[in-house]
Amino acid sequence: MTVDDTTNPQHGVVGERRGTVLLDARGITKRFGEILANDTVSLTLRAGEIHALLGENGAGKSTLVKILYGALDPNAGDLVWQGQTVTIASPAEARALGIGMVFQHFSLFEALTVAENIALALPPDQSFRALSERIRQVSRDYGLTLDPTAIVADLSVGVRQRIEIVRCLLQEPKLIIMDEPTSVLTPQEADQLFVTLERLALEGCAILYISHRLEEVQRICHHATIMRHGKVVMECDPTKETAGSLARLMVGSAVHDLKRGVVPREGDVRLALKDLSAEAEGPFSVAIENVNLNVRAGEVVAIAGIAGNGQSELFELVSGERLSSSADAVTIGAVPMGRAGITKRRRAGAAFVPEERLGHGAVPGLKLSENLLLTRHSTGDGLVQGGFLKRDRAGALEQRIKTNFDVRMSHDDPEARALSGGNLQKFVIGRELDRQPDVLVVNQPTWGVDAGAAALIRQELIDLSRNGAAVLVISQDLDEIFEIADRIAVISRGKLSEAIPAQKLTRERVGLLMAGLDEDSGGAGDAA
Amino acid sequence: MRLELEKRPERSTLMALLSPVIAITLTLVTGAVLFAALGQNPAVALYMFFIDPLTASWSLQELVVKATPLILIGVGLAVCFLSNTWNIGAEGQFTAGALAGSMLPILLPGFESFLTLPLMLLMGIAGGMLWGGIPAFLKVRFGTNEILTSLMLVYISQLLLDWLVRGPWRDPEGFNFPESRVFSDAATLPALADGRMHVGAIFAVIAVLALSVVLLKTLKGFEIRVLGQAPRAGRFAGFSRNKIIVFAFLLSGGLAGLAGISEVSGSVNQLTPVISPGYGFTAIIVAFLGRLNPIGIFLSGFLLALSYLGGEAAQVTLGISDKTTRVFQGLLLFYVLACDTLILYRIRFARPGVSAKGA
Repeated sequence: MTVDDTTNPQHGVVGERRGTVLLDARGITKRFGEILANDTVSLTLRAGEIHALLGENGAGKSTLVKILYGALDPNAGDLVWQGQTVTIASPAEARALGIGMVFQHFSLFEALTVAENIALALPPDQSFRALSERIRQVSRDYGLTLDPTAIVADLSVGVRQRIEIVRCLLQEPKLIIMDEPTSVLTPQEADQLFVTLERLALEGCAILYISHRLEEVQRICHHATIMRHGKVVMECDPTKETAGSLARLMVGSAVHDLKRGVVPREGDVRLALKDLSAEAEGPFSVAIENVNLNVRAGEVVAIAGIAGNGQSELFELVSGERLSSSADAVTIGAVPMGRAGITKRRRAGAAFVPEERLGHGAVPGLKLSENLLLTRHSTGDGLVQGGFLKRDRAGALEQRIKTNFDVRMSHDDPEARALSGGNLQKFVIGRELDRQPDVLVVNQPTWGVDAGAAALIRQELIDLSRNGAAVLVISQDLDEIFEIADRIAVISRGKLSEAIPAQKLTRERVGLLMAGLDEDSGGAGDAA
Repeated sequence: MRLELEKRPERSTLMALLSPVIAITLTLVTGAVLFAALGQNPAVALYMFFIDPLTASWSLQELVVKATPLILIGVGLAVCFLSNTWNIGAEGQFTAGALAGSMLPILLPGFESFLTLPLMLLMGIAGGMLWGGIPAFLKVRFGTNEILTSLMLVYISQLLLDWLVRGPWRDPEGFNFPESRVFSDAATLPALADGRMHVGAIFAVIAVLALSVVLLKTLKGFEIRVLGQAPRAGRFAGFSRNKIIVFAFLLSGGLAGLAGISEVSGSVNQLTPVISPGYGFTAIIVAFLGRLNPIGIFLSGFLLALSYLGGEAAQVTLGISDKTTRVFQGLLLFYVLACDTLILYRIRFARPGVSAKGA
């Protein structure tokens, strides 16, 4: 099927669709400054339909959804709800109409109980006891086991998402919007979610399902709307497409496979973690317990795990932002560095890329040439001499990174915050790769990055290792991990499993490890 | 129609420069309304306040005398605020510097040599650094809020000064007035002209130039800005937040102390119970109005100095309370902070949304 940008989605090839029209969004346009986030977008949602909204990061999905949920005001366009033109001025009005939303990032108070969190979102017209009873009932009906008296801080991400869903269901919505619900779930937790969604659809509820995971969209969605650069480019029945054709529609061009290169021979150990432990720094931080790992020259080792299981803590200990209790805990090259700061570790040939781009890997309000100095002011690049900045050299280096790593910008040397997520990530990684480090540690290398940039970054990481560097990647994205890793370890509650060659692992096995269940417990069925 | 604030992709350089201009204009307009409400002719009152002081040689010199401490303190505070360290106690560091530097001419009046002045200045700087070092130490060691501790130390230093000039440091030949002895010539900063303008003005110019270079051209300046804007990125760069807190407090404290001893030695020539009309607090406005940029602070220092002179002039000629000065300074800070919104946001007039058609 060939599609170009001029195809009018209204006349596109659409399969037979069931159900009455619930919500009809017509010609929605939303502008942020010079960016047209939604350009005359139209979307029809029907009762009983699981409708996928597909698109890369920055395609305009979140903007559209926020408009439907009343969190943003469109510049133009109409919303027709059950045949009547409506204004949705706030999320409260959306809920009153019967539109519920489950957010990608949870809005829960960690110190409160499940029931208290739910009560906060509901009108205060029923007793707490009655509410707890309803929570139990709804969660039982939909197979979403929840204990209303549990404290949120103690619950796993999957269970927290159930709270959000149950909170949404208690308002008896006709339409539920879900923003990338599986991005934080293990494969087993995701399966459980799909059962719930199918049940809801059978009962006549419409579901707008936002995702960029094509496999799940094909599995559960009846209809798909695909967005690119703020426009709807295509509507289709996802079950009749292949993952490849959907990906092409999202990205606008074919996605290339990565070149893995030669499987490395056993190289020297470049990065060694030995009994690395650290206590939790606060109630919502995770303790790191006896982590052991060797990363050799020539290989990519990946650490898989669900967010919040100690990844950031481990990264800070390896990078030297936080010091270990003993020097032996972290060895870079052949030198014990556990007590050395991050600058010393960089001088020893290590490079680091943190998860957060803005505010950690880069300063939003500083220009790229200044952000370059952030990690390279003392690494012998001549950017600082006698305490004085050499701005012309920083500028030249910034140009080199821009060219070599295809960082796109609207004008020369902009502030970091002006770059899109993918371009800033290319810059932040390019800044380190440009040094040709012996050891590279990256936390979530392609988080929130579009597919084109992600492929480029992953290829660069593989190439760096094949040229003799030791690369350690911390990631939540199993697709990414299986694409680039030679060996895989899993982090769960601050403990790291043994690193196992990737060929010997299946996604299911990694999923179980991520959920903190080891293989002997036979916990595969225990996904409830 | 309604107003919408729309985030800009980057800081607007134009607005960074225009924001103080808009703020000054709005301050003048509000001031005119205020004068009119007081029954004064706004045009005359504004003339008396802002133009008249610029028409005589003595008052121009007086302008420099008042701008000197404002600029010295302001550039130090700029380093604090840029690094996200909130030193609100420059007034106290100013007083502590004045006290420490005055020890020499008051306790050892006979020690008159070419070393007297340099020693006094060094002691003044040390006194300010000591006073600024206390909140820095408390913050780094115990995590206390530096806004509160530095502010409280202002009152301690002022009460200490008050006690000293009424008690142990009172001039034995001073007819029981609460004043210290008058400094000898060797302990007096040389004048620059026939009025009260003194060498302290040169210190201010040097401080402006030196900090311009440090902030824009050196790794230290980079470190200050990075830690101020994004502490986690600063830690990632290998910079220490604690070290920069101590650095900023010692530097701004030292400069405030230098301003204090310069003021006492150059203009007042003795210690009195009150040695400052609130320079340390006004310098906060100076720093922000000057965009935390040393050159900008140099200019805004003069503007705020003018508000002091104008307040006095308005009191003398129009009979308006000299509290008007404080009102103008407050208005100015308010408008500067408000107008700074325009640097990162633009105002857009939005037509009422799609929805007016109703259901």
